Amino acid sequence: MGSGSGGHSNEGYPNYAHGPVSEAIDPDVDLHVPAQRTETAGAHKWQVLGAISAGGAVGALARYAASVHWPAPAGAFPWAVFWVNVAGCCLIGVLMALVSEGGRGTRTHPLVRPFLGVGVLGGFTTFSTYALDFTELLEQEEAGTALAYAGGTVAGAVAAVWLAASATRAVLARTAAS
Amino acid sequence: MNWLLVAVGAAVGAPLRYLTDRAVQLRHDSVFPWGTFTVNACGSLVLGLLAGASVSSPTYALLGTGLCGAVTTYSTFSYETLRLAERGWKFLAAANVAASLLVGLGSVFLGVELAGGLTG
Repeated sequence: MGSGSGGHSNEGYPNYAHGPVSEAIDPDVDLHVPAQRTETAGAHKWQVLGAISAGGAVGALARYAASVHWPAPAGAFPWAVFWVNVAGCCLIGVLMALVSEGGRGTRTHPLVRPFLGVGVLGGFTTFSTYALDFTELLEQEEAGTALAYAGGTVAGAVAAVWLAASATRAVLARTAAS
Repeated sequence: MNWLLVAVGAAVGAPLRYLTDRAVQLRHDSVFPWGTFTVNACGSLVLGLLAGASVSSPTYALLGTGLCGAVTTYSTFSYETLRLAERGWKFLAAANVAASLLVGLGSVFLGVELAGGLTG
């Protein structure tokens, strides 16, 4: 996934190798990161938007497949969307540790984050369906399930991103040290 | 057919999230992730409207599962929360969770009620 060292051409992309790089808080796009501020400049914009669009379609299809294969009956805990969101949060933790943190943003191909992070994982996970499922559970007078789902998803999501990012960072640190 | 509609909706929704996030950050410089907060609130409102209006299955696949599903995100929200906490902004991390839940869940409820009122 890394560029630069692989020898493939970065021509046509803005030069990301110079200037101060602060680390992104928002993994979709963080304008505090100079390279992300300029990634929509010129014709490169259409490559970035195309990568996000294609990734979004892939991610959403995977989410749709999960909801078709594991449909939640009315009033039941929406397990498919729960696991989709928790898995997506786990994967963004791995991805950002690999391609953004520790200055890796400058050494990664500029379309990796847009395609995998903004597109695939952003399209895979969803907040709106989560919110709708919660209100529908309330309407079906399943308040206990609704609260367990709302709280369980937040707890699962934050735990997943934390554990996944920590584990990936630990592996990267060990690899770098050896 | 629904598969294609989900893909088309998401192919529009994901870049719409990215562009909205950029636009919000350009107008309001802050470490608090207002951009993601905005897309999650707006996407939830629209999904509530669609559900409340009981739209047809293909329309829901295109605009609900596809567009709103991809406009909104849980992965971005969770990573931002982690980063805020790790960088020492623990209050902002907690506020991000509380505000996103409150406003996201409120938006979808508002959307359902609004659509229900409009369509009778």
